Amino acid sequence: MKSAVVLLPGLNRDRDMIAALTKISGKAPVTVWETDTEIPDVDLIVIPGGFSYGDYLRCGAIAARMPALRAVAEKAAKGVMVIGVCNGFQILVESGLLPGALMRNTSLKFVCREVKLQVANANTTFTRNYQPGQIIRCPVAHHDGNYFADAETLARIEGNGQVVFRYAEGTNPNGSINDIAGIVSDKGNVLGLMPHPENLIEAAHGGSDGRALFESALGIAA
Amino acid sequence: MTISNTRQITPELIASHGLKPDEYQRILGLVGREPTFTELGIFSAMWNEHCSYKSSKKWLRTLPTKGDVVIQGPGENAGVVDIGDGDCVVFKMESHNHPSYIEPYQGAATGVGGILRDVFTMGARPVAAMNALRFGAPDHPKTKHLVAGVVSGVGGYGNSFGVPTVGGEVNFDPRYNGNILVNAFAAGLAKTDGIFLSQAKGVGLPVVYLGAKTGRDGVGGATMASAEFDDKIDEKRPTVQVGDPFTEKCLLEACLELMASGAVIAIQDMGAAGLTCSAVEMGAKGDLGIELDLDKVPVREERMSAYEMMLSESQERMLMVLRPEKEAEAEAIFTKWGLDFAIVGKTTDDLRFRVLHQGEEVANLPIKELGDEAPEYDRPWVEPKKPAPIDASALPKVDVADALITLLGGPDLSSRRWVWEQYDTMIQGNSLQRPGGDAGVVRVEGHATKGLAFSSDVTPRYCEADPYEGGKQAVAECWRNLTATGALPLAATDNLNFGNPERPEIMGQFVKAIEGIGEACRALDFPIVSGNVSLYNETNGQGILPTPTIGGVGLLADWSKMARIGFAAENEIIVLVGAPPSWGTHLGQSIFLRNVHGRAEGGAPPVDLAHEKRVGDHVRSLIASGIVTACHDLSDGGLAVALAEMAMASGIGATIPGLIEADPAAVFFGEDQGRYLLTLSIDPQGAEWEQLSAQQKKLGIFAPWIGTTGGRELKLGEARAISIEELTTAHESWFPNFMGT
Repeated sequence: MKSAVVLLPGLNRDRDMIAALTKISGKAPVTVWETDTEIPDVDLIVIPGGFSYGDYLRCGAIAARMPALRAVAEKAAKGVMVIGVCNGFQILVESGLLPGALMRNTSLKFVCREVKLQVANANTTFTRNYQPGQIIRCPVAHHDGNYFADAETLARIEGNGQVVFRYAEGTNPNGSINDIAGIVSDKGNVLGLMPHPENLIEAAHGGSDGRALFESALGIAA
Repeated sequence: MTISNTRQITPELIASHGLKPDEYQRILGLVGREPTFTELGIFSAMWNEHCSYKSSKKWLRTLPTKGDVVIQGPGENAGVVDIGDGDCVVFKMESHNHPSYIEPYQGAATGVGGILRDVFTMGARPVAAMNALRFGAPDHPKTKHLVAGVVSGVGGYGNSFGVPTVGGEVNFDPRYNGNILVNAFAAGLAKTDGIFLSQAKGVGLPVVYLGAKTGRDGVGGATMASAEFDDKIDEKRPTVQVGDPFTEKCLLEACLELMASGAVIAIQDMGAAGLTCSAVEMGAKGDLGIELDLDKVPVREERMSAYEMMLSESQERMLMVLRPEKEAEAEAIFTKWGLDFAIVGKTTDDLRFRVLHQGEEVANLPIKELGDEAPEYDRPWVEPKKPAPIDASALPKVDVADALITLLGGPDLSSRRWVWEQYDTMIQGNSLQRPGGDAGVVRVEGHATKGLAFSSDVTPRYCEADPYEGGKQAVAECWRNLTATGALPLAATDNLNFGNPERPEIMGQFVKAIEGIGEACRALDFPIVSGNVSLYNETNGQGILPTPTIGGVGLLADWSKMARIGFAAENEIIVLVGAPPSWGTHLGQSIFLRNVHGRAEGGAPPVDLAHEKRVGDHVRSLIASGIVTACHDLSDGGLAVALAEMAMASGIGATIPGLIEADPAAVFFGEDQGRYLLTLSIDPQGAEWEQLSAQQKKLGIFAPWIGTTGGRELKLGEARAISIEELTTAHESWFPNFMGT
């Protein structure tokens, strides 16, 4: 399987993501620059974390309007898998590819720590290598990860099984409604999550709980 | 507001530029006429304490700066140290004290931005940051506001830029009530054949301005940072710069791309005194003149005068000398990253610093003399008085368990989690040890086994009691913290924060602290490769505690053998390596004496440097041998606090029978130097233990087996057993309670 990583000025976990994808798939992903209007033929597109354009407006708002994101939307519409992590999740929400919004953490502070995630839906292309209900470790590092959706949207995504990761065991770091940490689109091919699975994939990270997410997406057997 | 370029030079104007009458006479001698207003500004920027080191130079020269692994010592943007395989580590620590007190968020943010820029200006990609922060008394009305602002400023900049903060210090003392300290450290990785310097080469080459536009922020900042504070300090707020981490991140990527293209001859970031300092430095180092045309400088405000442009401290700017044939390629890289690129001048062969503005020559000065002929002072100093030793036997007896809870739950030793969880400690995916241990450790990207360890240390109350021993101790503790991970300490950076050097007793602290630092660096083979001096940390005549912060870097050959502080398993033996016969003796200036008895008295604990080296080298060899399962150095709070920290880090307890007939306060809370706690995976009845004991005896290192890990409690001598939960609650509660969140 081939993957691509979207590069935008101000993103800063792009190198982490490229390293993780390379280590897991054995192949370096291709990169897509902010002004690129076309994305090569790949199976998976990843928008990494950071502070695109400084996040000086609403997080992800400027990025969502760049040519590269229009190209991502076109690919997503054709069923290509898309993962947005942290700022990438915010960008997908701002692009309208995922429902809801990401507000400031309730603490009003940036938070970087390890949390526990429950795999709320192991029946997606991104989570099939996890067990249903499995609790995994995962780092978070964000200032605006407080997921919110109106009651109707929330009922719909919960009903459809679109919530795929929840903060578990009282570790919700940001006040997200229903402890939501990650969701997929209604078609199931776009995933957004605030935590950073790319920072927990090998011994040097102190664990590899994040690895199965990428292995699921890249079709690598567990 | 516009500052006119044709102001009359009056004695008041000279004084308001921080220039003394005799310094002005020196200027007249060098220029041969009355300087223009812009020239006066240039001199004040170059000759203030912050940029010229005029009070400290004489003493800084005594520090050891060379060594087998040192590629670049002090004098460039940062120091460079060889770590083998064609890689090197580039690092420096720098203060942003004065601005952070006036405007904590932006002051701290731009402090972080400045030090990161120093590192990537040299061609290195930043891989780790630390911050040593000192605040006033917790109950001082400004402290909470300053802590909140500084911490979010450090995080706001570093997190957005994308560098992991892997260590640092946070301390409180009433002596910082009017002058907080923000010392920012950054380290980066580069190839040894890819280091860039500021020395300009070649005549008639383009001088290029890159990065953000120039505004009026920070005009006169360096001069402000070279003066004492008084009650009107809040009026100085406009001298604090505003940070833009997004632009800095783009600048990093653009600079590294540009450097890889082979276009860069010389590069200098615009830090203190902005365009002035960077241009003069590039020219003077290369024995070249520089001509600047200010009409070409990208500005973000209208009608800026030459004076303002030359003194602006707007952030995220760089000056370079480029190969002319690569100009178009260079411009394309900067345009791609949305940054300004402008040719603002050229190198010349006349050794003059000429500045043109709107067709007028507003400055024409001898470039070498601007830097080299800055005044240098041998300021009078007096030998600091040593406090009387304390009589520990006369202290009222206290319960060891209660005292430990008091210490762990107090402002000095409580967990700093509230602070470091606001910093991104994991970005880049290389953090092997995050804050909370002895040192931060990151793996060297692209190398299978190597890691780099970082620690920042100083104990200001020791420095106040005895600047010489305190200076030694700061270096020794840093070296010890690196060693405790298993790393070989390579080199250090110093950030010397003191009061007003015009007072002989302050100058005495400075002189003796440097003497101690130099001696320790020589004894421990730990040269100083970069640094910064921050003087005039005084408000209304009250100086800070002398605070020479030492930031050290160590190399781990194989991070899979790295030691951590948490107890690793039950039923392992705990050994106190480097202890005196009664384990601990020195209570003078201890945290125990201060927080339990309310007394800041006695002498600082002395550091026996030969013993320090011997013990540290031994500990490091044990870690490399693979028998060490946990390691922690002993510092503030002594043995009891170190044991508690090891237990809290893992959830495994320990029992320490204690010493019969020894004073439990001194045993458990003494702050004797040069000690480490180790747990070992060997049988204390076996041959391996016997061999080890024999080896230690031969080395002259006392290393008693003091107890055993196990259970969920910490049992110290005769004191009541304390559950790890009780320890952790005390340790973790103070900071959130204090900040009210």
